[in-house]
Amino acid sequence: MTASPASLQQHSLQQTPSQTVGPFLALGLPWPDGPFVVPEGSAGAITIAGRVLDGAGDPVPDALVETWQAAPDGTFAHPDAPRPAGLAWAHGFRGFGRSATDPAGRYRIITVKPGPVPLPDGRAQAPHLDVSVFARGLLERVVTRIYFPDEQAANDSDPVLGTIDADRRATLIAAQEPGAGPGVLRFDIRFQGSRETVFFDV
Amino acid sequence: MTTDPPTSATRLDLPSYQRPAGVHPPLDTPAYRSTLLRAPKRRPALLPQGLTEVTGPLLGAERVTAADADLTGGHGAAPLGERIILTGRVLDSDGRPVPDTLLEIWQANAAGRYNHRVDDHDAPLDPNFDGAGRCVTDSQGRYRFVTIKPGAYPWRNHLNAWRPAHIHFSVFGRAFTQRLVTQMYFPGDPLFAQDPIFNSVPDPRARQAMICRFDLSVTEPDWALGYQWDIVLRGRGATVFEHPEDHR
Repeated sequence: MTASPASLQQHSLQQTPSQTVGPFLALGLPWPDGPFVVPEGSAGAITIAGRVLDGAGDPVPDALVETWQAAPDGTFAHPDAPRPAGLAWAHGFRGFGRSATDPAGRYRIITVKPGPVPLPDGRAQAPHLDVSVFARGLLERVVTRIYFPDEQAANDSDPVLGTIDADRRATLIAAQEPGAGPGVLRFDIRFQGSRETVFFDV
Repeated sequence: MTTDPPTSATRLDLPSYQRPAGVHPPLDTPAYRSTLLRAPKRRPALLPQGLTEVTGPLLGAERVTAADADLTGGHGAAPLGERIILTGRVLDSDGRPVPDTLLEIWQANAAGRYNHRVDDHDAPLDPNFDGAGRCVTDSQGRYRFVTIKPGAYPWRNHLNAWRPAHIHFSVFGRAFTQRLVTQMYFPGDPLFAQDPIFNSVPDPRARQAMICRFDLSVTEPDWALGYQWDIVLRGRGATVFEHPEDHR
């Protein structure tokens, strides 16, 4: 049984507002193992790296990028997930990545490609990472997604990408890093400008 | 309201963490100048809440020791400043405690200086204070830190701009949609009126939710003043989703 929205509203507590992480987030938030969604040196690991850029095109050196994703078999280690966590979770897969940006605005996450995750209505989604970006100057995190360049068919039928104007969809799809191996993807995050990243209300 | 029994095995009964109206500050807050080049200009797209959004990292206990919640320890001597105990609960907006969730805090020292290379405020560093701590809530959603009251400090946002004393809080909650980073303020601070970050929250009642309260029952005789502050994350009103087949 679920409570009606009206009764939830009546009894709901005042929520705590968001505030900016400010310029000194590096004191409290980075972890030495933050970027490692999978343990360092894991077979088949990929690196997703890029820069966070402001409206002038300048690097943002005081940002924090966090990612959350399913395991390669599409499972989550979470009590609300309908399927039990797959083996990857018992072998060091964390699902979560965190990287502060360096003075050049660069971040990096070392992970593996997630498996398919359906929407609650059953529609299939293309493999994706959910991303939070925190920074001085952002009073609340901004949320985006990273999709994969070698999943064109799945991306073309993805119900979330399908709601995004075609000319902006590319901001959500990581690119093969030129000159790097197949395991290195680039995903830049632009707060503003003609190539502003698509951000989500969630 | 009672829900009908599911008619299809493909229905997923997931929580739905509705975004609250009028709680969070608008990203576009020009009085806080750093927003000008950083707040996105375009309207955000709607992201339906699926499994990725209603789950989240349940990290914590393995990353934290009891000493991490005491910001006054770990050095040869006690830090300068007013020792405080800061405690409260993490709840969701339906009043449910949020257990086993990681809290991370960071703050300036008693003189209003952060132990960070970028902070050039002309105030002394304290060799006995790093200014970062963490803990995990217990089964009732409770947390407790021991620290010192941070000082106010100037910044360059506008002429004679000063930040009210505050402690930065990062909270995971149990779902991606509950993730929150905020700042906790102290009661009666005369700097509130001129602070564009505090005032970026439009609703006065919501602003009050960022201010802790002095609590004599938390205060320990001859040792430390006590403050209480609860953190309230989005609630998880469950929503039954229907399979598209149901509508054909």
